[in-house]
Amino acid sequence: MTLSLFFFYLFAIVLVGAAVMVVSSRSPVHSVLFLILAFFNAAGLFMLAGAEFLALMLIIVYVGAVAVLFLFVVMMLDVDFAELRQGFLQYAPIGLVVGIILALELIMVAVGFVVTPEVASASAVAIDPTLSNTEALGRVLYTRYVFLFEGAGLVLLVAMIGAIVLTLRHKPGIRRQDVGAQVARTPAMSVENVKVKSGQGL
Amino acid sequence: MTLTYQAIVFLPLIGFVIAGLAGHRIGHRNAEIITSGLLIISAMLAWLVFLPMLFAAPAEGAAGEAALHAEAVKVELFRWISSGEIDIGWVIRVDTLTAVMLVVVTTISAVVHVYSIGYMHDDPGRWRFFAFLSFFTFAMLMLVTADNLVQMFFGWEGVGLASYLLIGFWYHKPSANAAAMKAFVVNRIGDFGFSLGIFGTFFLFGALDFDTIFHAVPGMEGTVLHFLWGDWDALTLIALLLFVGAMGKSAQFLLHTWLPDAMEGPTPVSALIHAATMVTAGVFMVARMSPLFEASPVAMTVVLYIGAITAFFAATVGLVQNDIKRVIAYSTCSQLGYMFVALGAGVYSAGIFHLFTHAFFKALLFLGAGAVIHAMHHEQDMRRMGGLRKKIPVTYGLMIIGTLALTGVGIPGTPFGFAGFFSKDAIVEAAYGVGGTNGAFAFWSLVIAALFTSFYSWRLLHMTFHGPTRADAQIFEHAHESPNVMLWPLYVLAAGAVLAGVVFNDFFFGHAEHIMHFFAGSVVVDEAALDAAHAAPLWVKWAPTMAMLIGFVVAFQMYVRDRELPARLANANRGLYQFLLNKWYFDELYDFLFIRPTLWIGRALWRGFDDWFVDKTIVEGLGDRVRDVTQRVVRLQSGYLYHYAFAMLIGVAALVTWAIAAGGLN
Amino acid sequence: MTSDLMSLDALLPVLPEIALALGALALLMAGVFLKGETHASVSGIAIGLLVAVGVLALLYPIDGVLFNGVFVADGFGRYMKTLILIGSALALVLSLSSAGENGLAKFEYSVLVVLATLGMMIMVSANDLMSLYIGLELQSLALYVVAAIKRESTRASEAGLKYFVLGALSSGMLLYGASLIYGFTGQTQIDEIAKVLSLGDRSLGLTVGLVFLLAGLAFKISAVPFHMWTPDVYEGAPTPVTAFFASAPKVAAMALLIRVVMDSFEPIALQWQQIVIFLSVASMVLAAFAAIGQKNLKRLIAYSSIGHVGFALVGLSAGSQGGVDGVAIYMAIYLTMTLALFACLLALRTEDGFAEQISDLSGLAQTKPFIAATMAILMFSLIGVPPLAGFFAKWYVFLAAVEAELFVLAVIGVLASAVSAFYYLRIVKVMYFDEPVLQFAAAPAELRVVMGAGAFLLVTYFFTVGAPLGAWAHNAAGSLF
Repeated sequence: MTLSLFFFYLFAIVLVGAAVMVVSSRSPVHSVLFLILAFFNAAGLFMLAGAEFLALMLIIVYVGAVAVLFLFVVMMLDVDFAELRQGFLQYAPIGLVVGIILALELIMVAVGFVVTPEVASASAVAIDPTLSNTEALGRVLYTRYVFLFEGAGLVLLVAMIGAIVLTLRHKPGIRRQDVGAQVARTPAMSVENVKVKSGQGL
Repeated sequence: MTLTYQAIVFLPLIGFVIAGLAGHRIGHRNAEIITSGLLIISAMLAWLVFLPMLFAAPAEGAAGEAALHAEAVKVELFRWISSGEIDIGWVIRVDTLTAVMLVVVTTISAVVHVYSIGYMHDDPGRWRFFAFLSFFTFAMLMLVTADNLVQMFFGWEGVGLASYLLIGFWYHKPSANAAAMKAFVVNRIGDFGFSLGIFGTFFLFGALDFDTIFHAVPGMEGTVLHFLWGDWDALTLIALLLFVGAMGKSAQFLLHTWLPDAMEGPTPVSALIHAATMVTAGVFMVARMSPLFEASPVAMTVVLYIGAITAFFAATVGLVQNDIKRVIAYSTCSQLGYMFVALGAGVYSAGIFHLFTHAFFKALLFLGAGAVIHAMHHEQDMRRMGGLRKKIPVTYGLMIIGTLALTGVGIPGTPFGFAGFFSKDAIVEAAYGVGGTNGAFAFWSLVIAALFTSFYSWRLLHMTFHGPTRADAQIFEHAHESPNVMLWPLYVLAAGAVLAGVVFNDFFFGHAEHIMHFFAGSVVVDEAALDAAHAAPLWVKWAPTMAMLIGFVVAFQMYVRDRELPARLANANRGLYQFLLNKWYFDELYDFLFIRPTLWIGRALWRGFDDWFVDKTIVEGLGDRVRDVTQRVVRLQSGYLYHYAFAMLIGVAALVTWAIAAGGLN
Repeated sequence: MTSDLMSLDALLPVLPEIALALGALALLMAGVFLKGETHASVSGIAIGLLVAVGVLALLYPIDGVLFNGVFVADGFGRYMKTLILIGSALALVLSLSSAGENGLAKFEYSVLVVLATLGMMIMVSANDLMSLYIGLELQSLALYVVAAIKRESTRASEAGLKYFVLGALSSGMLLYGASLIYGFTGQTQIDEIAKVLSLGDRSLGLTVGLVFLLAGLAFKISAVPFHMWTPDVYEGAPTPVTAFFASAPKVAAMALLIRVVMDSFEPIALQWQQIVIFLSVASMVLAAFAAIGQKNLKRLIAYSSIGHVGFALVGLSAGSQGGVDGVAIYMAIYLTMTLALFACLLALRTEDGFAEQISDLSGLAQTKPFIAATMAILMFSLIGVPPLAGFFAKWYVFLAAVEAELFVLAVIGVLASAVSAFYYLRIVKVMYFDEPVLQFAAAPAELRVVMGAGAFLLVTYFFTVGAPLGAWAHNAAGSLF
């Protein structure tokens, strides 16, 4: 247990540190890289908690796709972050005050943390140790949580429609290659026999 | 029958709607014919409803008991107000009391409609006049057919409005406008009492429909209610508050000042509203609420006293007035006092009886006076009349009949007498029957008032019709008899003034059983009070007749034989004469007590409060503050995303802090 | 571990949602594969679909808790869903006549509106913090896109972006709150949370979680201080889109808020009541003052809607069934007023655009008397002048507040109402007493119908729909208690 405890604290500390760096680092590229680091550590925490499927999904989806996409976006967009930061600094004192107040209150929450026995026993779904993580998820995903799953699917559909409707442009006058049309072309459609009268040319 | 009841009530409304909305399009003539025709139909239907009640077969067995709880006919039109405990329907309630009122209202109204065709023939606003008349009739019918206090209040306010409109009908006359306003304001005082009474009733009984209230009355005796500064017997309090309303509407002592001024309205209006119908609404209301009043001896005594004082007071003022209509107006006031005395004595049927007969002969007198005024080119001052007997003999004859009925000419103990004779004597006997100080006070007030009544009635007749004329020669020359359209209504009323007493005496003031059977529980019939009245000694029965004769003789002496006597008397008793002529200085007193302080407060509020405080300080100042705040708020909306995000974060932080501070730790 | 669905019949309570989801997919397919200009026909079908789902929900009212307690179908949900469907359908109707100018001539608009509506229905029926969030995001995401759908307009893009960023922030708050609540109760299901709460021994973290959750919801109903996006988005988005934003989503978010506080946090009523009171007072007061300074009609309407949310929250503050009755009635009347108002705005088309500024309305009574009269009725109803419907809306919520002895709140509400009369009346004044400046084209028939019907219902409310609506709202609220 001590080893897992050691890794828990390691992952946790690095995670928090990386998260802070995401916000505070000057270069946006660094921010994204710290984000990836944070994802890795979060995956490690998942792994410690026994949720290996989630851990790997996090790495594959977020690190492999999302974060890399971010990286591309950040590098391709020419955003003047220094300018944005000015506004940020201007309001930093107020933000600091608000943040400190909230932090203090959250500390109060943490100090007053009590777990009533009833609450602890009322946990949602008991875990069946005989099943593998992936299988357990699969068993509930389309049964118990089918409504939420389908709902999430619709959310993604909306996101897709949104992305298309906001970005896709149908520019008239652009010639695109249409493979189907090329393949389906027959001599009858494209070749015309013309009888040329002598002396006139085409 | 249901349809009949609805027709009686709603035909005048239809007339009002047609004449009121389309009057200027269909023309005066059509408006007159439509409204009058509908009213005549309505009157006929009312008689159709009323007459069978006279001849209804006596109830089987325990007549009294059964009759007391006889169900009134009720026609529910729709649910009106339904809110919480309040559940009020719009119901036409027809029982004997209502039927009597229906007959009075529709008959007089029909007669007045027809009469007005002649009287108003050259007025440019005739269709408006007829529309108002019909509207008044509808509101009055609404009042008398009410099945609950709220509906009655609706009719009550409706007639008040119609009265206001009709008094001020000649709105270009400042005096008419002032009179209309006075009537309205004085009535507001009464209505305030009435509405307090209604609230009190609802508070106490939790219901506003009559049957529920009356059934609950016996259980409420002795209940105590806190009001203003002290605890009151609940039933007494409510009865008195309702009576304040009745005082306002029926121009009783202290709230009487509006009635004489209301004579500024056209004469047919005076006949219909301020003699026969609307002013009797108070009497009707007290009779309608008789089970409630019956439960409160204190309230009954108050009614008795106020009635007696009014009867006496108004009669004294009537003695010296010179305006022909004002004399009759004070007479009306006085006669209303009689009716209240009957109610206060517990003989409700006698009060209603007088209401019934009075409607005929007083309308006759007013319309007759109208005919005189009409003949004299709108001259109303009796000092500039006289000798009209030759010029307008038919009117003269009709006025004589009216006067005989009003003064109560008849032979006690026999069925010979004019309408007023029976009903007035009934009231006088009822007053005597009360006994004790109260009874004696009421009795003597009424007898003296009867003497005065006789005097001023004959004085009016002498000054108008007898002796040499004092009128302008040219006017006198052109004085002419009224057209038939004005005379026929007078004939109808004259018939009523002669016959109404003798025909209906038994139903209203006969044996207790007859009355009980006739009224079938619609008013309380107090057998003890009735017996006491019937048992009055012979001299009591003769007393009003004697008073009437004395009054006649004095008037004859003063205005026919020795024409200088009145002036000499007035000079000899200048103080008393001025006191009476100025109506006991009530208007001046009210002017000093209420009107001036009100005006002063009003001016103070206007200049000080409204102009300075509200307008300058609050409105303009507040407007400026609002503009400042707005400027600041608008500046918050900068359009910058991080401002918005900050606002949200600050909001959350503030809310969390507040939630924790305000009790998150429990 | 398994589902509670044993047969297809068990799905019946969720049938309207399923029908709407399938319909949305079918619409999407139709839009993609049909040739030619498809947006008009897709809009038409979408309107038909929304109406059909509404009819389905009303004709076959089946109550039930489904999907292991994630979804609940009850009378309250049905009432609110009906309002939402009406609102969405009418918002689409309003968009028809001016789709071209507003960049809405794309079939995706209708599809997104339908999907947003589906999200709202899921919100209304959410019985679990998870389904609450799914519904909310489905709705919000569609709205973000719709706000920016007029791509060539920088104002619309800016509006969409602002809405998106701030919406994401609010979602974060909501999720944070939800996670705190889950952490301190061990439950995500709304009624189970209530059970745990009623055990007593509550932690401070719960209060903090509650505040964050309410803050997230307050953003959606645009209550102060989470309202800042509203004027900018209302102004920037195309007018038919604004009409949609101002109507159905407000109802859905309010319904969600009601269900969460009434069902889940009923045992700690004191806590949430204070927060709701704060939101209510802040919204009423700020909106009343801020609106006075506005010159743009849509910004004015934005502040007006913020104010009305404040008034509706007065009813919720009471925490009683009467209060929920009042809010339910309020939302119905608010919906009617909003849609009719936007119908008026969309009917005011000049040669180069729509009436945007208040001054554009000058002398409208002379040029377009019908529209001016309708607007005047709407303004008086928004003020709350009896006997118009707006009066009754306010009456019920204030009554509930008074019954709950929240006198100060009721007084502030009445005062705010009085201040707000200023800017409503100014519009009437401009329309009736100023000289005309603009000439407007004839109003399309469907807008006239919406205006006329709205004005008719508002004027005759007491005699026509008042009683049945009140009874229905009462029944609906009853299913929460």
